[in-house]
Amino acid sequence: MEKRELTCIGCPMGCTLTVTMQDKEVVSLTGNTCKRGDIYGRKEVTNPTRIVTSTVRVKNGENPVVSVKTAQDIPKDKIWACMEAIHEIQVEAPIQIGQVVLKNVADTGVDLIATKNQRAVESRL
Amino acid sequence: MRGQDMYDVIIIGAGVSGCAIARELSRYEGNFCVLEKSEDVCCGTSKANSGIVHAGHDAKPGSMMAKMNVRGNFLMESLSKELDFPFKRNGSMVLCLEEDKKDKLTALYEQGIVNGVPGLQLLDGKKARELEPNISPDTVAAIYAPSGGIVCPFGLNIALAENACTNGVKFYFHTEVRELDREQDGWSVKTNNGEFQSRFVVNAAGVYADVLHNMVSEEKIHIVQRRGDYMLMDHAVGDYVSHTIFQLPDEKGKGVLVTPTTHGNLMVGPTAIDVEDKEGNQTTQEGLDQIREKAGRMVVNPPLWEVITSFAGLRAHEDGHEFIIGEVKDAPGFVDCAGIESPGLTSAPAIGEYVAGLLQEHFKWKKNPEFTGTRKGILNPGDLSPEERNQLIKENPSYGTIICRCENVTEGEIIDAINRPLGARTLDGIKRRTRAGMGRCQSGFCSPKTMEIMARELEISQTEICKSGPESFILKK
Amino acid sequence: MTQCDLVIIGGGPAGLAAAVAARKQGVEDILILERDGELGGILNQCIHNGFGLHTFSEELTGPEYAARFIEKVQEEAIPYKLHTMVLNITKEKTVTAMNREDGLFDIQAKAIVLAMGCRERPRGALNIPGYRPAGIFSAGTAQRLVNIEGFMPGREVVILGSGDIGLIMARRMTLKGAKVKVVAEVMPYSGGLKRNIVQCLDDYNIPLKLSHTVIDIQGKERLTGVTLAQVDENRRPVPGTEIQYKCDTLLLSVGLIPENELSKSAGIQIGSVTRGPVVNESLETSVEGIFACGNVLHVHDLVDYVSEEASMAGENAAHYIKNKEMYAARKEIPVNTGEGVRYTVPETLDIQRMRSNQTLRFRVGSVYTGAYVSVYLDDKRIQHKKRQVLAPGEMETVILKQEELQKYPKLQKITVRIEEE
Repeated sequence: MEKRELTCIGCPMGCTLTVTMQDKEVVSLTGNTCKRGDIYGRKEVTNPTRIVTSTVRVKNGENPVVSVKTAQDIPKDKIWACMEAIHEIQVEAPIQIGQVVLKNVADTGVDLIATKNQRAVESRL
Repeated sequence: MRGQDMYDVIIIGAGVSGCAIARELSRYEGNFCVLEKSEDVCCGTSKANSGIVHAGHDAKPGSMMAKMNVRGNFLMESLSKELDFPFKRNGSMVLCLEEDKKDKLTALYEQGIVNGVPGLQLLDGKKARELEPNISPDTVAAIYAPSGGIVCPFGLNIALAENACTNGVKFYFHTEVRELDREQDGWSVKTNNGEFQSRFVVNAAGVYADVLHNMVSEEKIHIVQRRGDYMLMDHAVGDYVSHTIFQLPDEKGKGVLVTPTTHGNLMVGPTAIDVEDKEGNQTTQEGLDQIREKAGRMVVNPPLWEVITSFAGLRAHEDGHEFIIGEVKDAPGFVDCAGIESPGLTSAPAIGEYVAGLLQEHFKWKKNPEFTGTRKGILNPGDLSPEERNQLIKENPSYGTIICRCENVTEGEIIDAINRPLGARTLDGIKRRTRAGMGRCQSGFCSPKTMEIMARELEISQTEICKSGPESFILKK
Repeated sequence: MTQCDLVIIGGGPAGLAAAVAARKQGVEDILILERDGELGGILNQCIHNGFGLHTFSEELTGPEYAARFIEKVQEEAIPYKLHTMVLNITKEKTVTAMNREDGLFDIQAKAIVLAMGCRERPRGALNIPGYRPAGIFSAGTAQRLVNIEGFMPGREVVILGSGDIGLIMARRMTLKGAKVKVVAEVMPYSGGLKRNIVQCLDDYNIPLKLSHTVIDIQGKERLTGVTLAQVDENRRPVPGTEIQYKCDTLLLSVGLIPENELSKSAGIQIGSVTRGPVVNESLETSVEGIFACGNVLHVHDLVDYVSEEASMAGENAAHYIKNKEMYAARKEIPVNTGEGVRYTVPETLDIQRMRSNQTLRFRVGSVYTGAYVSVYLDDKRIQHKKRQVLAPGEMETVILKQEELQKYPKLQKITVRIEEE
């Protein structure tokens, strides 16, 4: 049996959740005040995921970078691989909000998409 | 050797004294340069002080300090017009808060009369409060000095330097003097930036003046760094007092003052804390606490909650508490301008005049036929009428873009600050010339934009931009 | 002089929502004045997600949230001027502004919506002693440098202040390869959302030190280190608790201040707690026909509430333009702050003009668990609702019903207070 302590993010209460696990299965969850805490706690110990947001370098854009995000949440342990992939790429302006900047980022099956429009400029000094 | 020629005079230090001397020398047809260890003019004592043009009642009668103070005060107003820097004769008051110290106040008043301070008046407490309603109700008497004033310390220093530069004085920055060797017809000045030759050397090195003096003379002097902490308040409370308010001076100097600044802020300070480190200009909790306490005794409920920044400066306090100005006896051709603490800023125009006079007696230069005694500062569009301002924007649209929203500084002013003689090369340099970043948000909003303009104008990458010194990069590569 | 029915100062989330709402109420002649080079305000640099859950029932990033409103402004063809700084406004509603193309110009407005947002509290305002080297940034400035300009402000980072911007920047700097050594918070609790503490700090093992502050700054050119110390209940450093951190960057997330210099130029009364204009139920300031919303009015926790509030301000401004007479007569009942309540917005309320369900926003002064939010009409308690938790970092809301208040023609004051039972 393994015990893990978490802080619930559902509301400012920040309940301390105690999850008891056996073989990657949740045996029990205590400390929550509401249903949301239960759902959060179970997901967080079995399949924690995050949406990653960052910026990607832009070629010929009005700004040197454009903001991006993963179109869905990705496994938490893939954040760093995702950041490495983001660091590698450059995208050419013009860029439309929602445009796929990188497909299947870090083999997560999730695309990286732009979160902002950016116009192209002739050349940037 | 740097520069093809032998200089007539090398001035060490581009603070307000050095630049005042340089500007006065530029009236003559000589060969002059200024060596400065920092990246810009006005980087030491001159950048962090009270910005006060003292009336002149504090210095001992007959002293160099007294003479220079009264003369400097007299010269400041016309100089501010010639060189276009902010100056205001707002008048000053010295408060006496205890009945039994009244005779000290009277003695100070009488000293002022002997020093030749014009228009001094002794006021009773009631009269004093009528003149300045927010002073302490404990005020039993006060000296009122109508000739007291305020000046922008950066404005004065930069104006003097620019004018000297325009009139042919060379400036070398990042040039720190390491060695001074007496040679047959003058001095060899060895620096981290090469060797310079000069007939005369002027030592205007602020807190380092003792180090330089002691390199060439057996009669040692000793300068202690007397740190002064200050707090600067927002424009919102800039009119809390209209005069510069002093308390009765004590053994460590004139003590904490409360004053408006030429740019409409309110300032309180300084402390007087002796420190070992010649670069030790960090503020401390004790220092800031002290200002709070002392300011609270002088004015009612000083609005310190409007503070936008605190800073500290180092005064070059020589043990004898006197300006040491003149040729060093055992080092012919080496002229000291040392121990320039308060009232040094006030005295600068007089020091420039006096030292240039000493040198002229020796060299007997001809007048510089190309000397221009006037200089235009950076145009402040806020001073123009709406019509004039629109005309300006039509001619130069960069005056239509506000970069610093707290101080309303336009792109045009920042470009001017970069491109004029001895132009700004650092964020602090821009700030001191234009006030961009000096306001209530303390450059939070404008610094990214200012850096963009600097990079464009100077054709450098933003990652090369420094706040002040050569290691003070704003961004990481 | 140019005439304009409604001038909106600021094209951030508040200004955009106000403009759209006013247009929906039939105001044709609207002009948004924005000082930056694009609409959207600070949202453009808030590239993280978590915006819009209340407004759009989905999680958006800042730029995406802004884009939703920018699109509406464009659909409605509401005119705006970028790179345009408003320099002055008067009681008579003359707006003086400036840009490169138009120079300095005046606009006579029938109504004005103030939506200038806020600024960050700088180091100077905290009086942190020490040197003044490069490498000290307010968190928002650093955020702009990283997210818009693509620069790195530093590599080894200490953050003072655990407000949301500080937490978000802790994660952002970490993801960009910096080492964030610690986040210090002078209060015994964080002002940020729990979610941000978990996902920005805990996810990356960044320690949060509560009741700690920076007491010294080292480094003459670039920052080389800071000293942290624990503080007592009066927020004074406790001797002997100093900890030294080597770092090249200090980010400050120590509070936001509504930017009301323009409001002051029009003689608008400013509240001492919110530091924003004192407003009535219509979000109208002490100057008739000038309305305020968003962070210039009071600092919000969620942008969704900014949009909601700004829509109200836009609607009310539209209403004012059409029914000036109704606004002239004010019969305002003060809304008082009782125990535990730091401020309320609005501060006064006219029962005739209030909405049938009037939102009253407020913040509490400290953390409460299981306490009650109570509303009193004079001495009569009309609301008493238990809340699991109340925290200073969160904006709270009560709804007042017009039909209920109309039953009290002699009402003198309304009070909101926190009660233990």
